[in-house]
Amino acid sequence: MRSNQVAVVGAAETTELGVIPNVSQLQLHADAALNAIADAGLKLSDIDGFATAVETPQQVCHYLGIRPTWVDGTSVGGCSFMLHVRHAAAAIEAGLCKTVLITHAESGKSMIGKAPRSIPADSLQGQFEAPFGVYGPPSMFPIPVLRFMKTYGITHEQLASVAVVQREWAAKNPRAMMKDPITVADVLNSRMIAYPFRLLQCCLVTDGGGALILTSADRAKDFPRKPVYIMGTGESVETPMVSQMETFNSSRAFKTAGPLAFKEAGIAHKDVDHLMIYDAFAHLPLFGLGDLGFMPHEETGKFIADGNTRPGAKLPLNTNGGGLSYMHSGMYGMYALQESVRQMRGIAPAQVPNAKISVCHGVGGMFAASGTIVFTNER
Amino acid sequence: MAEPQRARPKPTPETQHFWDGTKAGELRLQRCDACAHVFFPPRPFCPSCASRKVSVFKASGKGFLYSYVINHRPAAPGFTPPYAIAVVELAEGPRMMSNMIDCPQTPEALELDMKLEVAFEALDDKITLPVFRPAKG
Repeated sequence: MRSNQVAVVGAAETTELGVIPNVSQLQLHADAALNAIADAGLKLSDIDGFATAVETPQQVCHYLGIRPTWVDGTSVGGCSFMLHVRHAAAAIEAGLCKTVLITHAESGKSMIGKAPRSIPADSLQGQFEAPFGVYGPPSMFPIPVLRFMKTYGITHEQLASVAVVQREWAAKNPRAMMKDPITVADVLNSRMIAYPFRLLQCCLVTDGGGALILTSADRAKDFPRKPVYIMGTGESVETPMVSQMETFNSSRAFKTAGPLAFKEAGIAHKDVDHLMIYDAFAHLPLFGLGDLGFMPHEETGKFIADGNTRPGAKLPLNTNGGGLSYMHSGMYGMYALQESVRQMRGIAPAQVPNAKISVCHGVGGMFAASGTIVFTNER
Repeated sequence: MAEPQRARPKPTPETQHFWDGTKAGELRLQRCDACAHVFFPPRPFCPSCASRKVSVFKASGKGFLYSYVINHRPAAPGFTPPYAIAVVELAEGPRMMSNMIDCPQTPEALELDMKLEVAFEALDDKITLPVFRPAKG
């Protein structure tokens, strides 16, 4: 795909984030969509392409009154929205549609109008993982981390520092759920969830949503907001079973999606001004920094513990506070994308001065899928 | 009210041989007749070379501890926390999720790379699960 031919011209989160017991999941989609439409200065009738995950496109399109000529229901977990951006950019370039709306919403905390996740007993996961006591992401996502730590010499303190640094960013974000400063000792003394991870190394569980609107870069200049161009994209999947990853020393899906996006954008790592790495749990930024090629995996723990990703440092990472401190409705990818767009527009609460290139990297399932988007505000 | 039960696997035609094996006290894997690739979970073709000529064989039951978590909360139905969820790398190559028996469920007792051997735990008269214990000697 060619760089900078498609742009984000509308971006918004739901009116509220956090605990929203008075709004259903479907209405959260609509709330995010209406906010994004207003942000772009459009009408719903201008939307001719639509993508969402978990809920079906027909569900949300009908509810909103949209009549699309292109839809994408790719649902591969929390990075689905990165894949939607990639697919939408290709569809717009191919002339299949002109203006795409991508929505995410999840009543992840309040569970209003949200079907509980279930694993069929005759699926491969139901036969070869569920009987051994895995029970939701906290018991599954951290399974590779002890091997990763042993292979690369990563310490518990370094993994704790991920949460500490992200809390520093969250403190600058009024909409972040958790803003009080924490120390490495606080993290290591928090309640044990699934050894080696404790409460403060696990993502929040919240309600919320977000929406993006994309159109061609040529049209984008006529919109009220500063366009944010899609410079490079990548995607992949590996396995729905964390036990069946090729290795616990890296993620094959990360290693496929990330370099694809860098290559398409034609950028080097030193060109990256701002970085989002989906942090459902504290080890993901370490996997991401290594698998995306920023540094050898051995150096990732020390890099974060030494403060290189904190406010004012050389590689601003997860500047909204991340899934650990900002919000995490279950599929966090949309919020990472929203923060990249805010940074590229220059309106983020913890704005990185003069940021021109933002890399936004997502995970789906437990390393099951991945999507990477490189944004820029210069064409 | 009855205690919530541990998740029970429901075999499919493609996995039945595995569950027949555990019930008979055997850990069964598959090997490709064309390229010799050994794979898991079960399927009637080779995920490496796509050959449909594959054979079921009895694995050694030996392996080592590749990684694990010790789950504290939330605990799955039928489990008393803290309990280890382990991933075992089998001598034949594939990895599988399992549980550890005859061993404290602690970081001190669970050392990565420790040698393990398979054991079998009957859930009921239909399903027996493969579990692992520290290898003797």
